[in-house]
Amino acid sequence: MSTAVPLVTVRAPRRGGRAAGLLRGTGPAGIASAAVIGVATIVAAIGPLLAPYSPTLPNLALAFVGPTGGHALGFDYEGRDVLSRLLAGAQSSMLGPLAVVMGALVAGTLLAVIAAWRRGIADAVISSGLDILFAFPGILLAVLAAAVFGAGLPAAAISLAIAYMPYVARVLRGAALKERSQPYVAALEVQGASATTICLRHIVPNIMPLIVAQATILFGYAMVDLAAVSFLGLGVQPPAANWGVMISENQVGIPQGYPLPALAAGGCIVAVVIAFNVLGERLFEQAQARQ
Amino acid sequence: MSVSPVGAGQSAAAIRPAEPLLEVDDLTVRLRVEGAQRSVLRDVSISVSPGEAVGLVGESGSGKSMTARAIDRLLPRGAEVSGRIRFDGADIMNLSGAALRGYRNQVAMIFQDPRAHVNPVRRIGDFMTEALRTNLDVPAAEAYRRAADMLGQVGITDGQRRLRQYPHELSGGMLQRVMIAAALMTEPKLLLADEPTTALDVTTQAEVMAILDDLRREFGLAMLFITHDLELAAAICDSTAVMYAGQIVEVRESALLHDDPLHPYTAALSAARPDIAQTATRLAAIPGRPLSAFEAPDSECAFAPRCPHARDICRAENPDLIGLDGGLSRCARAIELRGHVLPGSAEGGQADD
Amino acid sequence: MRLAFIGRRLAMLVASLLVASFVIFGALYLAPGNPIAALSGGRSLPPSSLKVLEARYHLNQPFLAQYWYWLSNAVHGNLGISITLRENVTTLIASRIWTTAGLVLYASLIILVLGIGMGLLGGLRPGWLDTSVLVSSAISAAIPSFVAAIVLIALFAVKLGWFPALGNGTDLVSNLRHLTLPAFALALSSLAIVARVTRSAIREEAEREHVQTAVSRGIPRRQLVRRHILRNAAIPITTISGITIASLIAVAAVVETAFSLNGLGAYLVTSAQDKDLAVVQGISLVLVTAFVVINVAVDLAYAVLDPRVTLGSRAT
Repeated sequence: MSTAVPLVTVRAPRRGGRAAGLLRGTGPAGIASAAVIGVATIVAAIGPLLAPYSPTLPNLALAFVGPTGGHALGFDYEGRDVLSRLLAGAQSSMLGPLAVVMGALVAGTLLAVIAAWRRGIADAVISSGLDILFAFPGILLAVLAAAVFGAGLPAAAISLAIAYMPYVARVLRGAALKERSQPYVAALEVQGASATTICLRHIVPNIMPLIVAQATILFGYAMVDLAAVSFLGLGVQPPAANWGVMISENQVGIPQGYPLPALAAGGCIVAVVIAFNVLGERLFEQAQARQ
Repeated sequence: MSVSPVGAGQSAAAIRPAEPLLEVDDLTVRLRVEGAQRSVLRDVSISVSPGEAVGLVGESGSGKSMTARAIDRLLPRGAEVSGRIRFDGADIMNLSGAALRGYRNQVAMIFQDPRAHVNPVRRIGDFMTEALRTNLDVPAAEAYRRAADMLGQVGITDGQRRLRQYPHELSGGMLQRVMIAAALMTEPKLLLADEPTTALDVTTQAEVMAILDDLRREFGLAMLFITHDLELAAAICDSTAVMYAGQIVEVRESALLHDDPLHPYTAALSAARPDIAQTATRLAAIPGRPLSAFEAPDSECAFAPRCPHARDICRAENPDLIGLDGGLSRCARAIELRGHVLPGSAEGGQADD
Repeated sequence: MRLAFIGRRLAMLVASLLVASFVIFGALYLAPGNPIAALSGGRSLPPSSLKVLEARYHLNQPFLAQYWYWLSNAVHGNLGISITLRENVTTLIASRIWTTAGLVLYASLIILVLGIGMGLLGGLRPGWLDTSVLVSSAISAAIPSFVAAIVLIALFAVKLGWFPALGNGTDLVSNLRHLTLPAFALALSSLAIVARVTRSAIREEAEREHVQTAVSRGIPRRQLVRRHILRNAAIPITTISGITIASLIAVAAVVETAFSLNGLGAYLVTSAQDKDLAVVQGISLVLVTAFVVINVAVDLAYAVLDPRVTLGSRAT
């Protein structure tokens, strides 16, 4: 005797939560980090407008003078107001990593999803290619690019994006493979949905929490690496304001007993990187829990 | 609490005349779960005589695994334990050091998922002989020889080669046989088998159960066999105890359990098992879901909300164990329901009064 | 089975090196202008020098042939001539390589001893020790090496005067003194990561079911920790240690620059600024080779430690 089994329509589960819910799940540490990042972003956007004094005009008579009224952090090696230069420097210090992360994410997600979807030869080729890319540490590639194309932020940012891409692709490929083997994908295939549709409208949104977590963690690394390249004189060029550049140009003050300008710039970098690391880790845990 | 006619521990006298090997009296365990102390076991009493096999049956959350862990001193840190556990006459709750190791040599636990419970980076031979070499100072060569022999006993030929292999090279069923063999290496007196076949496929289950049963009888070992499968327990154990919500609700000779249960929960479990010989339009299921110990109120019978025979007396207080026909039942209406507990029996399953 | 894994990994090593060397060589053609312009770094050279460059780099031959000549020369130790110093690149590298090697080794030692040590303490003993390990590592993990460099210089060299701030030192002892602050700057963030991974690896292993099995057999605590927790945790610990040590190779350039050490990294940076392409290519080749070799060594160590590994790269 058979019983009638009702036909169940398979709906692809939407697990990408809204931003607020995602953030709430990261706890107080995550929220505090998000706040720090928010402040840094605002400063990056309008920093040059916020700066009370000129961030680039030198006045050697005031070189390395300590904090006085109206100049909370004193003057740098060329007599410029440190606070103003920090505020102005936020722009390149934050935009550079943003470009790196965007580049690495777009390329990495694309390759990961293609590899996970096609599997077989395409996957083997892509995975082997990525394995080979792992041979290049980011900074090395950036230095090489500077030697070939000349020092500057664009070359550095592009080379870092290329260097980070395999890490992103590896993590996302695993997640995409898991998604791909979910029953709803098979159901969609049977219903005639095209590969592009399934990948773009279902698989990618479902691994979005992981993508966001990766992006956040990566931003911290990109910030450190780009600041290092600028510190080496191969990224943003002085007299443009940039936190990495500020450390390099004010380093001479340290043996002379004026560590504040360099340390202030270092402090900004560390604060923002910690915020991205903490938030990124929390988001990563959340994303793992959902899977 | 009303005075029960027969004390819990006296069941031993009725069914098992020998001096018990393992005695658990009024074991109550509370664990720290998410900041609060929660009951997982309530007044559990059970005893096992030498050479006897006792089944412990229950669903998830009933406390059956926790009982085994309490007996094997494997409870997590911060667990509150009250009651007594005696092995061979000695209290084991306060053992430590060499005495505790001695106890562990005499009680062997067989775990549910062999792949998780065997260290994947060490060889099988290392796994099997570790206890012998460490605790009993048996020289390595001798220990490995005995291990190879024991593998033969559980039906694994070519023992020497297997001893050199790693766990991932063996199938699940074979690994569980290794686990059984390893458990027997220290010549224990009591086996605690925690759902040893649940993680295996059905055909392998039968093989492993057969080996376990044979060896147990051959070595004359006592066994506490934990499972969710009432029929399985009844098949290989002399007597069976049923647990619900952290309490023992019935203890009965296995042969009588299926046809003459003393507690409505046992009857419901029995009836819920699909019978291959019969056709049914709908599977019998117990309405509601099983309670864990900490969800069950102390003020009434834990099974009352789901019991077709529940009356006001059942909701008045948590019943004690009542002795009946050589068994025990934690049903307030056990005596009047005797013989009518199974659904489909003369007056069972109908609302009276 | 494991031999197949090792064989595959070694094949990947050779492939990686070939592709990397190809990219490094190909940079010559990526540069704006023609290869001669790239090699001369934009300087104007007398025609005789240009002819020498043409001959040495076989510029009149097809691209792949040029690559082949360059690669075989490199393998035989001939990396060309520095345009700025007019010296053999190989000689220039050889004189600086020990500074970098010493720095990386010193930093690796710090990472292994302090990082794994702190992780062990935090993992095996819960309580205030564990919390302090967690907090300090969370903070130090975010401090980039050049920031650590200036903080260390400001504090230990300038303020306290315990260590010299810049430069290389003359003999073994003064070399070590000069390398100490740089080694700590280099090691700091990696140390923190290794400490955290060690701690959580130990914590996780301690919770595993197979440890319960050993407990239920009465294995003594010390043996349990050694044979079942540490031995198993050694897998992720070795992996993360290897990965972070490999990453030191690139970051050493930053630290050397900050401390004015004459190592390979600092020289790489100055040559990049001077557009001395032959030197940049030579040093890049050396550094990439070291990086790849260390990564492969980590994979092989993983295969040794984990008998479950058959094919494919290490699990992340």
